[in-house]
Amino acid sequence: MSIKTYAQAIRDVIAEEMRRDEKVFIMGEDIAELGGIFGCTRGLLEEFGEKRVRNTPISEAAIVGAGIGAACCGMRPIVELMYMDFTYVAMDQILNQAAKIRYMFGGKAKVPLVIRGQQGIGRGNAGQHSQSVENIFTHIPGLKVVMPSSPADAAGLLRTAIRDDNPIMFFEHKALYSAKGEVPDDPEFSIPFGKANIVKEGRDVTVIGTHRYVNIAKSVAEKLLKEGIDVEVIDPRTLIPFGKDTIIESVKKTGRAVVVHEAHKISGFGAEIASVISEEAFEYLDAPVKRLGAKHCTLPFNLGLENAVIPQEDDIIQAIKSVLYQ
Amino acid sequence: MHIADFTKGNLGANAIVGGGIPIAVGAGLAASLQETDQVAVSFFGDGASNQGIFHESLNLAAVWKLPVVFVCENNGYGISVPLRQSTSVSDISVRAKAYDIPGFTVDGNDVLSIDEVVKDAIDRARTGQGPTLIECRTYRWMGHWIGDPQVYRTKEEVDEWKLKCPIKRFREYLISNDMFTAGELDAMEEEAARCVEEAGKFAMDSSEPDPATVMDDVFFEN
Repeated sequence: MSIKTYAQAIRDVIAEEMRRDEKVFIMGEDIAELGGIFGCTRGLLEEFGEKRVRNTPISEAAIVGAGIGAACCGMRPIVELMYMDFTYVAMDQILNQAAKIRYMFGGKAKVPLVIRGQQGIGRGNAGQHSQSVENIFTHIPGLKVVMPSSPADAAGLLRTAIRDDNPIMFFEHKALYSAKGEVPDDPEFSIPFGKANIVKEGRDVTVIGTHRYVNIAKSVAEKLLKEGIDVEVIDPRTLIPFGKDTIIESVKKTGRAVVVHEAHKISGFGAEIASVISEEAFEYLDAPVKRLGAKHCTLPFNLGLENAVIPQEDDIIQAIKSVLYQ
Repeated sequence: MHIADFTKGNLGANAIVGGGIPIAVGAGLAASLQETDQVAVSFFGDGASNQGIFHESLNLAAVWKLPVVFVCENNGYGISVPLRQSTSVSDISVRAKAYDIPGFTVDGNDVLSIDEVVKDAIDRARTGQGPTLIECRTYRWMGHWIGDPQVYRTKEEVDEWKLKCPIKRFREYLISNDMFTAGELDAMEEEAARCVEEAGKFAMDSSEPDPATVMDDVFFEN
């Protein structure tokens, strides 16, 4: 085990996979000399050279499209988007091309492509650089959607993503990059997709959170334990594939569920999770499933307002108490 | 429309106008990284040259000097809209200048002219000189879809273009230069027609797909 930041964990896995497999290469904006604006590609240019560590123009649709074409021709590209907000500039390539090529050509093609980058709040980057955009990609068949919440998960899930033969949307969170944690040194360490992680066991309420909310839910759980409320915290880790079994089993045990994410609440993935719970564990529920997500407005520039838009620790505590009728 | 054969290097026709252009750039990138002598050729229409992705793709291929040939089949109409209503230039090939790559306009109904200009483009691609944009001036004989009333053009215009049939012209060239006899070419045409007919018959005679397979191939199962 080594203590690494989330950003270092990502960087190290990219380097290890590039050493292991010469088909793996990376391209994106400012990733070569600069090493990425969040340092996730630092030192890669020096080790692997400019053919495999490619600075690109600010041209997201072309970068993603070139990644698709290279993937179709035997390479395993990693495309870094500086902000996942910029996926919107490349939507045709992601949703109409990458996601559909395999299906539309009768399974005769594969697109081993990782599109990765960060999203979310924390730096007051305003409405076009602070969104959480993962949900849109869960709606399009053919894409896998990954949301690591810790350095170890970032490492294990990214390795699985790079070795997967499908297009992967790999969402990092800018506020998690400096988070430290233990990461296994084994260069084969990987975490399978579709396996939710029980971050903390508990009997009374199931809280399902992603990205930053995994840690926040953990700290809420510690606080509430002192009040005699035993919270179970689950991190789905991947939304597609979705490891619902762990969540359903948990709700059958606790009878209560709160879902929390930073993406907008309306039509957010929390709605999907709440529906799955209703469909598959309705008779076990002692209260309606509670959803928490961003208010339906654009992420503001001002840090105070940014926090006013997204769920806070107190909102989670209140939600937990409300499903316990407290 | 959705035809592809990855085993032959055909990465597929695309139902999004311009959608396949950056994918060809990626194929060129793969050839460059793998150091093969492959060249990616991207076919698209005049309409696609007004999409942003066309411009982004030319720029990226030019910056990286990738082995790509961009072939624009300019048939004068984007569905029903004539070029003058949709496109700021009359020669689409001039758009190459903006990316500092060679651009050519050729008679798209003349096999030999195309052969010549494409050969040069492939040579440039293979020798690390980067991409080329080739505009082939041609025409669409049929409507854009079955039942297209074609109110946007005259019958005289269509008839005039039919006289410039590229296959007929090339056939005459081959015969007048004693390269093939009419009989040999007839045999080839019959063979091609038979092949198409057989393929059509195979498709029509094939059973409908099993609904149980509808979820196959959403993902590659590692």
